[in-house]
Amino acid sequence: MSLLKVTNLVVSYGGIEALKGISFEVEQGQIVTLIGANGAGKSTTLRTISGLVRPRDGRVYFEGRDITDYGTQKIVETGIAMVPEGRRVFSNLTVLENLRIGAYLRRDKDVIEQDIEYVYDLFPRLRERSWQLAGTLSGGEQQMLAVGRAIMTRPKMIMMDEPSLGLAPLVVKDIFTIIKTLKSTGMTVLLIEQNANAALHACDYAYVLETGRITMSGTGEELLASSAIQKAYLGERAK
Amino acid sequence: MKKKSKVPALITWIIIAAVYAGVFAAEQVLPATSMLFTVLKKGATYALVAVSMNLLNGFTGIFSLGQAGFMLIGAYVYGIFTIPVADRPVVYQYYDGGVIQFALPVVLALALAGLAAAFFAFLIGLPVLRLKSDYLAIATLGFAEIIRVIVQWNPMGPVTNGSNMLRLFPNFNDFNIRNAQGEVTVYLSTLIPFLISGVCIGLIVLLLNSGYGRALKSIRDDEIAAEAMGINLAHHKRLAFCISSFFAGIGGAMLAMYQTTVQAKFFTTAMTYEILLIVVIGGVGSVTGSVFSSFLFVAASEWWLRFLDEKQMIGSFEVPLLRNGFRLVVFSVIIMVVVLFFRRGIMGTKELPDLFRKKRKEEAEK
Repeated sequence: MSLLKVTNLVVSYGGIEALKGISFEVEQGQIVTLIGANGAGKSTTLRTISGLVRPRDGRVYFEGRDITDYGTQKIVETGIAMVPEGRRVFSNLTVLENLRIGAYLRRDKDVIEQDIEYVYDLFPRLRERSWQLAGTLSGGEQQMLAVGRAIMTRPKMIMMDEPSLGLAPLVVKDIFTIIKTLKSTGMTVLLIEQNANAALHACDYAYVLETGRITMSGTGEELLASSAIQKAYLGERAK
Repeated sequence: MKKKSKVPALITWIIIAAVYAGVFAAEQVLPATSMLFTVLKKGATYALVAVSMNLLNGFTGIFSLGQAGFMLIGAYVYGIFTIPVADRPVVYQYYDGGVIQFALPVVLALALAGLAAAFFAFLIGLPVLRLKSDYLAIATLGFAEIIRVIVQWNPMGPVTNGSNMLRLFPNFNDFNIRNAQGEVTVYLSTLIPFLISGVCIGLIVLLLNSGYGRALKSIRDDEIAAEAMGINLAHHKRLAFCISSFFAGIGGAMLAMYQTTVQAKFFTTAMTYEILLIVVIGGVGSVTGSVFSSFLFVAASEWWLRFLDEKQMIGSFEVPLLRNGFRLVVFSVIIMVVVLFFRRGIMGTKELPDLFRKKRKEEAEK
């Protein structure tokens, strides 16, 4: 059974259908990515899964449970964490405080301390900057913090919205290292990216979203080899 | 990893204790009519209201301008429930002594003043907190105006005394300990407002340093990310609004005690702006800043700048421009200077212990 299962999801904003019935699955322990151009409905998909937007039709199942009508808070408790677009760390709070906010819904105090250590071990740079305000971190460090903050909710799956957006190419490389680190810890990741090339190289399985519909799916290698994908998203290589 | 030193906290406690001891000592020594005590009493009152406003505007990021309205509720509730029964026919002379014929102890009435303000905050918060930034400010401003008019409405008279003033309720001077001859033996009229204010501000600081306070700050920094972390925005905003109003209500009751009378027409928008000014001058997001600038503001407006309102002669030369109202002009200029050149206020987002922390760090680096 897959961890996350989305069936026939339809979402509309004031009459305009942003999603026209998409279905996809995310397997436990995999990196699954949704790629697509601007306005294809990628962010809407994430927002719907995390309960910020209500779908007009279709269901979302997590571990076999129907979570479509859950509120945001309950969805976080169920085990889906979100790393929002543009990182959105709490810039006037320290790194440590940011991590503690991630654990806001949890009541297991001792385990929280362990998890903070776990995040610091995963990203040693954050330990060095523990008392620094998050707003003073570099883009890459902020992304680490956003991921660390998501880990603090003790999720079973992390959803990342455009983690490479607006970052320098070198930093983008770091981001995908972070994502691979996450996978190595056994975490399931649902990744949304415009940077199709990097995303397809990192992922186990990918879906291509075009104007609210899934037009293609396959493993990363399959899609990288597909000529349609190369044309639309990767730019044809000069031969 | 840096370890948090306990020394700054200790220094802070010593300073706070010294201030309280100083207030108590000054009160016993100096004449009770000294302008200093007026400033201290009003300053302590404004400090509480400013901190309560900062909790909302500076720490939660909700731009509300309803402070005067909640203060008014607090002041009226306190006044209405503490006027001694024997004095009610005099106070409510146009309403046959009013409908309420009992008086509560001061502490109880203070708590009730806060609760009433919090209750109204809850009611208007339901629709109003859905609004954002400027719209929220306008809506809360409107609420403050409406409540001021309703209180003065004639049919409300038997309870609120209409547009007439409430008076003869216990004020700060009643806290002085007198001997059998009615002479004051121990002056407490300034220490008591300091104590009430101190306890309330202490509670707010505890709240801000808790996990709950951290959640409020995260809402201020980024609502969307806070929601993604599972923080219930509506619930937290509503609670912050109610708690802030609770303390604004107590602040209103203290203002009533300070003024010894309550009349709705004084709780104008201008009062909210005064508080907002204090918060901005002190530093949005700093409790210490709000407290400090309250005293500074009150001292300047009530005391140090008073001379600007009167004709001043240097020898036979009359200083031009000085006349009634000129003080406010000077005040406005000072505010503009602060806003232009000290945009983050006196303290920024620093608190009292942070000051010593920084100094110590600099010393260590030398």
